Amino acid sequence: MTIEAYIYDAVRTPRGKGKAGGALNEVKPISLVSTLMHAITDRNTELDTAGIDDVVLGCVTPIGDQGADIAKTAALAADWDMKVAGVQLNRFCASGLEAVNTCAMKIRSGWEDLVVAGGVESMSRVPMGSDGGPWALDPGTNLHTGFVPQGVGADLIATLEGFSRTDVDQFASISQDRAAAARSEGLFDKSIVPVKDQNGLMVLSEDEFIRPGTTVETLSGLKPSFQIPGQMGYDSVALQKYHWIDSINHVHTPGNSSGIVDGASLILIGNEAAGKKHGLTPRARVIATAVTSTDPTIMLTGPAPATEKALAKAGLTIDDIDLFEVNEAFASVVMKFMKELNVPHEKVNVNGGAIAMGHPLGATGGMIVGTLVDELERRSLKRGLLTLCVGGGMGIATIIERV
Amino acid sequence: MTESAIRYEKDSDNIVTLILDDPKQSANTMNDAYKAAITLVIDHLEKEKDSIKGVLITSAKKTFFAGGDLNDLIQVTSETAEAFMVDVTALKGTLRRLETLGVPVVACINGAAMGGGLEIALAAHHRIILDDPRIPLGLPEVTLGLLPGAGGVVRMVRMLGLEKAFPFLLEGLQLNPQTAVKAGVVDELASSPEDMIAKAKAWINANPGSQQPWDKKGYRLPGGDPTTPKVAQMLAIAPAMLMSKTKGCYPAPEAIMAAAVEGAQVDFDTALRIESRYFIQLATDQVAKNMINAFFFQLQEIKKGQSRPAGFDRWQPSKVGILGAGMMGSGIAWACASSGIQVVLKDATQENAEKGKSYTASLLERQVAKGRMAQDKASAILGNITATANADDLAGCDMVIEAVFEDRDLKATVTKEAESKVNAGVLMCSNTSTLPITGLAKASGKPENFIGLHFFSPVDKMPLVEIIRGEKTSDEALAKAFDFVMKIKKTPIVVNDSRGFFTSRVFSTFAMEGVSMLDERINPATIEKASLLAGMPVGPLAVVDEVSLSLSRNIRMQTTKDLEAEGGSYTAHPADAIIDRMVTEFGREGKASGKGFYDYPDAGGKKLWSGLVSNFGGDVTEIDMQDLKDRILFIQSIEAVKCVEEGVLNSVTDANIGSIFGIGMPAWTGGVLQFINGYCLPAFVERAKVLAEKYGDRFQPPALLVKKAEAGEIFS
Repeated sequence: MTIEAYIYDAVRTPRGKGKAGGALNEVKPISLVSTLMHAITDRNTELDTAGIDDVVLGCVTPIGDQGADIAKTAALAADWDMKVAGVQLNRFCASGLEAVNTCAMKIRSGWEDLVVAGGVESMSRVPMGSDGGPWALDPGTNLHTGFVPQGVGADLIATLEGFSRTDVDQFASISQDRAAAARSEGLFDKSIVPVKDQNGLMVLSEDEFIRPGTTVETLSGLKPSFQIPGQMGYDSVALQKYHWIDSINHVHTPGNSSGIVDGASLILIGNEAAGKKHGLTPRARVIATAVTSTDPTIMLTGPAPATEKALAKAGLTIDDIDLFEVNEAFASVVMKFMKELNVPHEKVNVNGGAIAMGHPLGATGGMIVGTLVDELERRSLKRGLLTLCVGGGMGIATIIERV
Repeated sequence: MTESAIRYEKDSDNIVTLILDDPKQSANTMNDAYKAAITLVIDHLEKEKDSIKGVLITSAKKTFFAGGDLNDLIQVTSETAEAFMVDVTALKGTLRRLETLGVPVVACINGAAMGGGLEIALAAHHRIILDDPRIPLGLPEVTLGLLPGAGGVVRMVRMLGLEKAFPFLLEGLQLNPQTAVKAGVVDELASSPEDMIAKAKAWINANPGSQQPWDKKGYRLPGGDPTTPKVAQMLAIAPAMLMSKTKGCYPAPEAIMAAAVEGAQVDFDTALRIESRYFIQLATDQVAKNMINAFFFQLQEIKKGQSRPAGFDRWQPSKVGILGAGMMGSGIAWACASSGIQVVLKDATQENAEKGKSYTASLLERQVAKGRMAQDKASAILGNITATANADDLAGCDMVIEAVFEDRDLKATVTKEAESKVNAGVLMCSNTSTLPITGLAKASGKPENFIGLHFFSPVDKMPLVEIIRGEKTSDEALAKAFDFVMKIKKTPIVVNDSRGFFTSRVFSTFAMEGVSMLDERINPATIEKASLLAGMPVGPLAVVDEVSLSLSRNIRMQTTKDLEAEGGSYTAHPADAIIDRMVTEFGREGKASGKGFYDYPDAGGKKLWSGLVSNFGGDVTEIDMQDLKDRILFIQSIEAVKCVEEGVLNSVTDANIGSIFGIGMPAWTGGVLQFINGYCLPAFVERAKVLAEKYGDRFQPPALLVKKAEAGEIFS
């Protein structure tokens, strides 16, 4: 008999603007995680941390303040039982969801009973890309793989699919509208743990990045982010593969791409027995996971094939899914996903996405699990699917079902 | 050590001067004599170092040091890689021992220091150069498909930092003494050889115990190492910037970038080994062999006059008449005037002639504005040109270049008119790109003095001149024409008469091959990309637009008529129907008329005409890119073999250089015939047969090619 992997709790910090002046810039990434760890024990009063086998945290730039296995370090910082192990993993933007999937596998394999998944990223303190890596920075590898940054890939998707600047800005403004409405209606309150200082004074209580009132008009003045680097050489490299395209239409701007923010997320996952033992109530179960990879040059087309792979594993079709969380890395990524799998926008990112709220790389996957569980409960719906595009052309998907 | 390539002299101050002076060559190179000498010298220096105050390196030749021995380098194969690694390591080891000797080492650069020459100088602690703007410095290895393998990559990076070293390493950017000091490659200028030696000795006296910056404690890479955010940002995009230029056709700059960055992250000696490994990778690669063959050996053969008939004194015209002051005529006038030749630029009206002369004026103005030429020199050059509408002004010309519109009757008329005005022995030249010279010569009273000079447009930028020998052209006329082309600093190739000669024939196969792909519903952007990815400088559709579709069509119709008159027939090409529809159905005649395969909007760059996809297809995106790239190159090489078969080409060298300099055959191929050699003849024949099967009989390997492949021969 299958051992089910139940989601017992899901918490996240609010997302702070990921730059100097952003509310969470003054908060150490370790503190973001330990704040959530304290929240987990506060919210689940019978939970004995000695029963937690492992903490698996996604972090995409695991150096400096986030270096040296921040998962175990955070467990120590939060004074969890010393038996709790910890590991940090990196699957680029999918790191948080990868942590959830890995933890679900730990439980379903029967080899562990209760685990914590999640992720952390202080993009204001540890800038994206500051961990180097041969893909971009080793000329031999860069040349061999034809390295192109993901923004050029996003613009290439828009070019290939015929999404105009207005189309992607339209998508972005809807994300802003939905996020602003959800925040004002308190739809994120169930998961959000306010970040406070050592004196208990409030640092940030809700998402900071959302810009209510954003319209296609207000977005139209922004300059394309990838036009200049594209013209310097990346477009040429991409078009060597996409040779039938005359030129790339650079439509993505800071306004229709995911925001740079700080934040952390934690998900408590365990089997039925562990739940009973620690007095936990299951909210949902993980019924399928998938990773796959597509062309690394366009890079961001992984969500659809990853979704199909997960659906096949679960024996479901796309119509069996009630709500979707498709990470808004760039507007064109989600637009292509909806077009490719024929999913109506009404089912996708119903409370906005990373364009409005930001994408704290390693933390995002865990954050949207909480958002999805909350919304399925609120709407009394059954199944949800989460997916993200991932560096290197990868895609990841997870299907959850309320219990 | 009198027979040694390096003389060792110690003065009364205990300063040792190493004089580079190969006893058997006019220039010093990194040959066996040098390798033997430098090892002995370093051994000796190490023994004597306690009694030595410093070392000064200079040369007894006109140049400082010429670099690697390309005769050796072109022989390296993967089988000899191991031995070559040992050799390279030893060579670098000597320079490393020199710079770590513990006494100051100064290079006195008395003449050109290119490649290995600069690498030797870089191993010195201090570089002084004669302040003579004619002295070039640089690392041109990349232009021959190689890298500076004697520590040049490692030292330039450590001296300048990655970003500043890249232009010198990746592009072979050349310096002169002034710019070298500005760039930080050289430390001091000297006004005379004596001044240079005095400065060197003074520096040695002032800097005992001198070390290289990178051997000092606390050394940091200038500009930051590869993990520095600013450097990392540059490194992420640098490969893309390179690829957008090279399209992946050139291994050398890729290997140099890799060696530079990898070497910047390890200690000096490890960096030297990394450099060696990439050096060997390049030296054993076919592309380096192709490039060395073309740009060193074959270019030298051309300059030595291998295609010039022997037995005639070097000649130069005293006064050149140019008929027609259009784009070609005015460009040729510029070339002549710039080389100090008197020019009479004649057109039908004085106004046209003046307009032609003003072209030279505008080119000169730009030079002066950029500070590359003095105003008085520019004025003198412009003064060499007399613009006129009066044929009488041609009197006294001993050479005439006819550069009027490509029309037989018009060319005949102006030829006759000119001959009536000039000296009896005049060298009569026609600048034509397609019309057979033998036919044009019929208008001349002395067809033995009549010859074709095919200039390429724009004349001031294109280095090639194709000399076409007509049936009756004499050896003397050919020798004169050859000397003239050399005099105006262009590269001459010599071919025999034929329709389109050599370059235009081959060029046309390239253009038509690209156009024919439209007939296969291949997307026009894909066609252009295939050409660029093969290494061609432009796409075939862009090129046909430049030439003009209507001209291309007229030439074909004329050819068809001529062939039929000769009793033959024209073999239709799949591109013909496309061109016909473009011109007759859509009225798109080319760039000059503002619309061809591309649209030419007033603002912004040209864009492929959207009608290409709607009218010809363009829905095929699942293509075999290798097939397209091969078609672009194979069709040109096959046409060149036909030119050899037909006796149009007599020289493999002329074929290779002509194709690279004239029509953009990619440098990496080594030229149109070397491409076949590099591909291996039997493999080329097999591939050509496959292409013939898939795309048409025009790819059938010519009999000569099959014969050579079977005999195990190459084009040499």
